[in-house]
Amino acid sequence: MITLNVNGTQRQVDATPDTPLLWVLRDNLGLTSVKYTCGIAQCGICTVLLDGEAVRSCAISIDEAAGGEVTTIEGLAEDHPVKIAWIEKQVPQCGYCQPGIMLQTVDFLNRVEKPSDQEIIDAMDDVICRCGSHPRIKEAIVQAAELSAGKRG
Amino acid sequence: MKPSMTRRSFIATSSLVIAGAAVSSNIDIFNVSPAQAQPNPTFKPHAFLEIGTDDTITVWVGQTNLGQGSHTGIPMVIADELDGDWQTVQVKMAPAGEPFKSPIWHMQATGGSTSIRHRWDMLRTVGAAARQMLVEAAAQQWEVSPAQCTVEAGTVFGPAGQSARFGQLVARAATLPVPENPPLKNPKEYKIIGSARDRLDIPDKVMGKTVYGIDFSVPDMCIAVVARPPVYGATLESYDKEAALAVQGVVDVVELEGRVGVCAETTYGAMKGRDALNIQWSAPSHPELSDETLPAIFSDYLEKPGVIAQDEGDVTGSLAQATTTISQGYQLPYLSHAQVEPLNCTAHVEQDRCRIWMPTQGQTATQMTAAQLTGLAPEQVEVMTLPAGGGFGLRGEQDTVFDAVQLSQALKRPVKVVWSREDDFTNDYFRPASHCTIAAGLNGDGTVAAWSHKIAAPSVMTRVLPQFVKNGVDPDAVSGVWDMPYLFANRKVEYVMVELPIPVGFWRSVGYSVNVFAVESFMDELAHAAGADPLAFRLNHLEQGGRMHALLTALADQADWAAPAPAGRAKGVAVTACFESFAAHVAEVSVSERGRITVHKMHCAIDCGTAVYPDAVKAQAEAGVIMAMSTAFHEKVSFAGGGVSSTNYDSYPLLTMSEVPEIEVYIAQNDLKAGGVGEPVFPSVAPAIANAVFAATGVRLRQLPLVMPS
Repeated sequence: MITLNVNGTQRQVDATPDTPLLWVLRDNLGLTSVKYTCGIAQCGICTVLLDGEAVRSCAISIDEAAGGEVTTIEGLAEDHPVKIAWIEKQVPQCGYCQPGIMLQTVDFLNRVEKPSDQEIIDAMDDVICRCGSHPRIKEAIVQAAELSAGKRG
Repeated sequence: MKPSMTRRSFIATSSLVIAGAAVSSNIDIFNVSPAQAQPNPTFKPHAFLEIGTDDTITVWVGQTNLGQGSHTGIPMVIADELDGDWQTVQVKMAPAGEPFKSPIWHMQATGGSTSIRHRWDMLRTVGAAARQMLVEAAAQQWEVSPAQCTVEAGTVFGPAGQSARFGQLVARAATLPVPENPPLKNPKEYKIIGSARDRLDIPDKVMGKTVYGIDFSVPDMCIAVVARPPVYGATLESYDKEAALAVQGVVDVVELEGRVGVCAETTYGAMKGRDALNIQWSAPSHPELSDETLPAIFSDYLEKPGVIAQDEGDVTGSLAQATTTISQGYQLPYLSHAQVEPLNCTAHVEQDRCRIWMPTQGQTATQMTAAQLTGLAPEQVEVMTLPAGGGFGLRGEQDTVFDAVQLSQALKRPVKVVWSREDDFTNDYFRPASHCTIAAGLNGDGTVAAWSHKIAAPSVMTRVLPQFVKNGVDPDAVSGVWDMPYLFANRKVEYVMVELPIPVGFWRSVGYSVNVFAVESFMDELAHAAGADPLAFRLNHLEQGGRMHALLTALADQADWAAPAPAGRAKGVAVTACFESFAAHVAEVSVSERGRITVHKMHCAIDCGTAVYPDAVKAQAEAGVIMAMSTAFHEKVSFAGGGVSSTNYDSYPLLTMSEVPEIEVYIAQNDLKAGGVGEPVFPSVAPAIANAVFAATGVRLRQLPLVMPS
């Protein structure tokens, strides 16, 4: 048994320590918002936050994740600025890649409060979206940054 | 309360219900037969529409939700003719069933940009019929004439100030006959069609609540992966069943025709079990197939005599008399769909029923496939379509239905089959590669005298819809050529069917996405040979006053074509007419000294008739630019040793954020029949870029992906 801290809750998991976090979140804990896509840390779609930092859950074992705080999209409040911005800007098409991209955005905006266009492009250049929602992702990040700044007052 | 707040809280409530059901007992929500979709609905004048006593308007959609927006667009059409209150509209995915078949194709499928255009009259009639029945019910109740009643946002009003919400009228309305030909609105009366709306499926997608096919589960289900031949034509030789069974969580190993399924409690267990099989395959049937040999194979085919797909006027004579003749060849590679959610299917086969849960793009095909495999009648096969993480045509394929149904039969329990990313790339039904040559002549006045076009390409239709292949001509393989929008009196199209073991299938905008690159590149070459402006040259060969002509004229204005591009940049243009719509692109590019092509700006214009849901049209236009640019610069399936060697995104990279240009979208305003959207916005992107590269550098790129010669 390995204990994981996921979205603020301690969860006991019966899986071998080398199992990728991705599969434990999806199959053992039922958090299917975490998406399998490439399995080789190429696409960024399975991204979750580990202690606030965006990591590819397909390329990190539960052994490595144990002891840290794992956050999936379910762990963000429904009125989180990133979620609000993603709805306001009507970002998703198929939507499959969006939870991972949104979580990467959360990490990015925690580090860069008021990003420039180029900083957004650089921060988001290692995730893929086959539908082509990129222009709206950019707009939503700008809006999420503004909403976050408003919250901080 | 602001309307938007009502909308949001309404969605939040309904999505919680769906999400809750999907997690704890999704078998209830998805375990419905078409005829029993909702037990005893109060008022269901059509399979698409029911209205509850609580005013809720439920629209059942038979088209797959691929994120294209039709799960909002279809309800918009019905709700508008109904004069319903949009705040109370909800959308539900219908199980596969007769009413959801295309009236033109007579099958239920999501492709060809048909979701709305094949049902334009049907959807409006459904809404209008229900409205008429609700008005009649109110008129009876108030003992007035229906003509004295009006409807606004879900409420019927009477002449003496009476009013009744739809929910108060449904019981009486349900007793009335459904009118067959209710009057439809004058488009000027539309209130919902053409308006700004939030997409109904977006909140759940943002909250992570959407249950895609790969996320689906039912009680007692196991998860399977299937080992299939790694190269074309290889056959199963041996495998170690015991080693796979020894892996934690593996519950069974089942040999299927030429492949091996490994079933486990978890996906990861199944994958590890498959790794442990130590499976041995025979040699490929075509070991010579590789990136090195394929170009010559296609060139050889192009030298063979073709079949005549089109022969109008006098091509030979006109070419002989032309002032100038030019000839060029174009080559496009095989492309993967690379949709982000791998293929999957959940099946539960029982004695006298079979249930399938799948993000299928071909509900009828799925139903027929499962019926054939089980020996059940099609109506005993229930197909529940789940939201798809992209599709682009691939999800019309039924391979995972074979896997899941056969494994469920063997294990006598529900089985979810998941393909790995490598399975997906290795076993894709690719967009066909294509080589062509075009010869054309110009008259002394700079007009095109004749166009002769010969294509060598594999055939999708021969496998998928062979009844449409006539005299050896696959209409898909020549689309965009024999129906190009230009008015050439003398034209000839020849087709050589390339026969290789590499499977090909439908891929966004199908033949158009291939052939329009060649046609629009060559139009540019002709314009250059004629010394004409490329945009004016096109206009000169389009029907004056026609929609293509009008759209290109509008785009010229929108993109300020006449003005020189900013320093260091150049513009290129291309057009396409397909799926009952028209599209055109202007690309603004620069090329660095080292040959790096940068697209700074793309202008996209589309005339799709009535733009039902303009923001979805805009989203599709943006998406069309980005996906087409990805194919223009990066995408090419690689082959080696008789099989696919680009088996993940590291060897099949997609375009990413840093290459996405500024995109301007122009939507023509008219009230004509709704045309397609998702596909027409694709084909003219790559040629517009190649044409801009020529304008910038004088170098003509005739192959995809576009690479500047060193």
